[in-house]
Parts: sequence; C-alpha cells; structure tokens
Amino acid sequence: MEEIPNKLRLYGTEASPYVRRVIWALKIKGIEYDFVQEDLSNKSPSLLRYNPINKTVPVLVHAGKAIAESVVILEYIEETWPDPTPLLPEHPYERAMARFWIAYGDQKQHHVFHSFLACSEEGKEKAAKDLMEMLKIVQDEALGDQKFFGGNTLSLVDLCYGWLTSLKYVERVVGVRVLEPTTLPKLHRWMQDFSEEPLVKENLPDLEAKLPELETLRKHLMSTNK
Amino acid sequence: MGGVKVLGLNSSFPCVRVLWALKLKGVNYEIVEENLLNKSPLLLQMNPIHKKVPVLIHKDKPIVESLLILEYIDEVWKTTYPLMPEDPYDCSMARFWAKFVDEKVVVTAFEAMKSEGEGKEVAIVAAKETLELLEKQIEGKKFFGGDEIGYLDLVVGWICLWLPAIEQVGGMKLLDSSTFPLLYQWTQCFVHIPAIHECLPPREKAVDYFQTGLNYLRSLDASKK
Repeated sequence: MEEIPNKLRLYGTEASPYVRRVIWALKIKGIEYDFVQEDLSNKSPSLLRYNPINKTVPVLVHAGKAIAESVVILEYIEETWPDPTPLLPEHPYERAMARFWIAYGDQKQHHVFHSFLACSEEGKEKAAKDLMEMLKIVQDEALGDQKFFGGNTLSLVDLCYGWLTSLKYVERVVGVRVLEPTTLPKLHRWMQDFSEEPLVKENLPDLEAKLPELETLRKHLMSTNK
Repeated sequence: MGGVKVLGLNSSFPCVRVLWALKLKGVNYEIVEENLLNKSPLLLQMNPIHKKVPVLIHKDKPIVESLLILEYIDEVWKTTYPLMPEDPYDCSMARFWAKFVDEKVVVTAFEAMKSEGEGKEVAIVAAKETLELLEKQIEGKKFFGGDEIGYLDLVVGWICLWLPAIEQVGGMKLLDSSTFPLLYQWTQCFVHIPAIHECLPPREKAVDYFQTGLNYLRSLDASKK
C-alpha cells in the first residue's frame, strides 16, 4: 500500500476491544482514517514493520509514524486533536484518576476475562463472582452516580470499558450472567446508555457472527486450563 | 494542608522515580516511610485498591502508580523542568517504552532473578533480549529525553542501582558494559546528575529488599509443596 502523507491509517480487527476503543475515539472526534483489517493468523508485512516489538493490533500510523498500544494511541489522539471534543478532563488530578481507572480495567480485564472464558463448568459460578467483584469496584468507585465515567459526556474511560457491551456474548457462551440490572445496576445502566450514544451505536462490533469462534476458543481454553 | 507527601520507601525504585521527579522540579516533599509487611492505616486509606507504594498525596488527594504520578507531577508543576516531550508523537514513544520497561524489562529481570537450574538460562536470555531493545532506543542520544533527562530516563533509572542489586541476588549478570555499551554509558551519565544521585539508597538496602522478597517467595513455594 502506498504511503499517503498526513493520512491516518488504523490497523486492526473487528473483534479486538483494544482496536474498538480507538475507532470510537476517532469517530467521536470526527477524524477521518483508513482502516486496514488484519488477519492475526497471517499478519501483514506492514503491521510487522510498524509494530515490530509486540506485533499486534491496534497500530495507528499518522504521517508515516506508527504508534502502538491502545492506551498510548488514545493519549496521542487526545493530544493531537483535543478540540472540540476533549476525552480527558483538564484538571491534573481528574486526569490521573481517569488514567488510573483505564489501567485498572486493562490489568483486571485481561486476567479476569480470560479466567472467565476459560473456567470449567464446575468453576463458572466462582469465575462469574470474581468478575462481578471487580466490576463492582469499578461501578462504585469510578462510575458512582454519574451518567458516564467522564461525567455528562464520554471520556477515554468510557471507551476503555466499552468491552462490557460485548460481555453478553461471553456470558452466553459460558452460560452464566454477570452484568445484570439486579447484580450491577449502575454499571448495567451505563452500559445501555453508552451503547445508545450515536457514534458508539453506529460503531459497535459485529460479534454475533463470531459466536461460534468464541465457543471454539472457550473449549480450547478449558482444555488447556486443566 | 497543601504539602506534598510521598508514602513509600527509598529502597523501592517506583518510589524513587517519584522522588526524582519532585527533586528535578524543585518541589518540597516529605517522605513517609512505609513498612510493606505492616502497612500503615494511611497507606490503606489512600490506596485501598492496590495497597501499594508509592502514593503521592497532594492537597490531601492521593495519586497512585508511579507512571501516573510522574505524569501528574509534570502536569501540576509544568513550568519547571518538563519531563514529557513536547511533541505528541515523541510523547507516545516515551509512554510506549515506559510500558515496555515495566511490563517486559522489569518482569524478565525478576524472572531471571527468581529462576533456578535450566529455567534460569532461558530467563536470562529473555531478560537480555529486552535490554537489547532498550539499547537500540538510546542509540544516538545522550539521554532517552535527548540532551537532558526526562520521563523515560526516570522510568529506566532503576537499572543504574536496582538492576545490579537484582543481578547480585540472582547470581547472574544481565547488563554488562561490553554487550550493552550504550545503556551502560547512559547509567554512568544518569547517576552523576545531582538530583538523581541524592535520592539513591545505599546499594545494600536494594539488595536486602530483593533478597527479602525472594526469600519470602521461596518460602511460599516451599509451603505449597
């Protein structure tokens, strides 16, 4: 593919929540970009050239320069295009708190989510409980009574918890519910409000088609988990 | 109360990163020494989620996680000694490599320290591979921040004293001057900066800190068997 100076190009996949949060940030800020769909079982030479260290998506290329790691990319987008839709608070303390919750979600999400998807039939109630406990902390300490993590408007924190909109598919495959109005009322309400935001709604990942893949992945993880 | 407090200990490198930043910016602070085996009520109140050091307390509000604290300090005291690069792309590179240092360089060094037998050789190779990537990053530059030290230098700074301590406890060599001449040269320049030097603990303290940690981990493993 020819290099187009000053053009933005995002290398990603449909299903990756790390790619999805970057897509949402670009859409919310009204920034145009090319999307390059990667097949992670057959990575393109461009992807490997732009992200030789971690060799994965997302990678954002801007004016020929590549940035990897979703949170690093989000901060870059925020610094390069802060207006008219800022996605981080202005005050340093509020910014530090936003970054804290993003880091917390990513640390915990990876661990708990994979444990949840990989849990045995006998262990699934406990796995669900562990995930619920982690989400309760996020609900009570980060979200509270606010409409969004960013207050009345979306922030990077909302985008980084956006993977919760896809949790229902994992719940279906594992066969146990976690994020419900009865178990996590404020977070559930947030999830619905977030999904209804126009630029999010138009850009939700199409995961219905990926359900068989998710089931296969679960079986594989369960068997290697023994 | 508008003072700056750092809950931590000066044998812990994430804490010293914070002290370095405050010193470079000329911010007065008080250290509240923590005993990690007997955490103070203040620490548990200020960092209830992770219960770890460092914690920066500024205007009675806590900020946790050393990398986040560095960015906070840079944003609050922005007129003196900027730590983050100005250009957004350079900033993103600094953040990317900081993440790499904490998730790969530090982790593999600890793994090599803890490993024994055949696994140790494998772990040492993995640790050296991460140092090799860091060596390439310093090529052509005096410091990671350019002519002066910046955010990434403070994040990498643990290799000047804590890495030798880890090597000693682990009975191995990772950063030798012939394999990593540029990184080695960087450590020599870094430690001679007054603000950096003033905050370094005695090396024995760092050695003790890691040895105690390793003994504890080994005793946990032994009790599982």
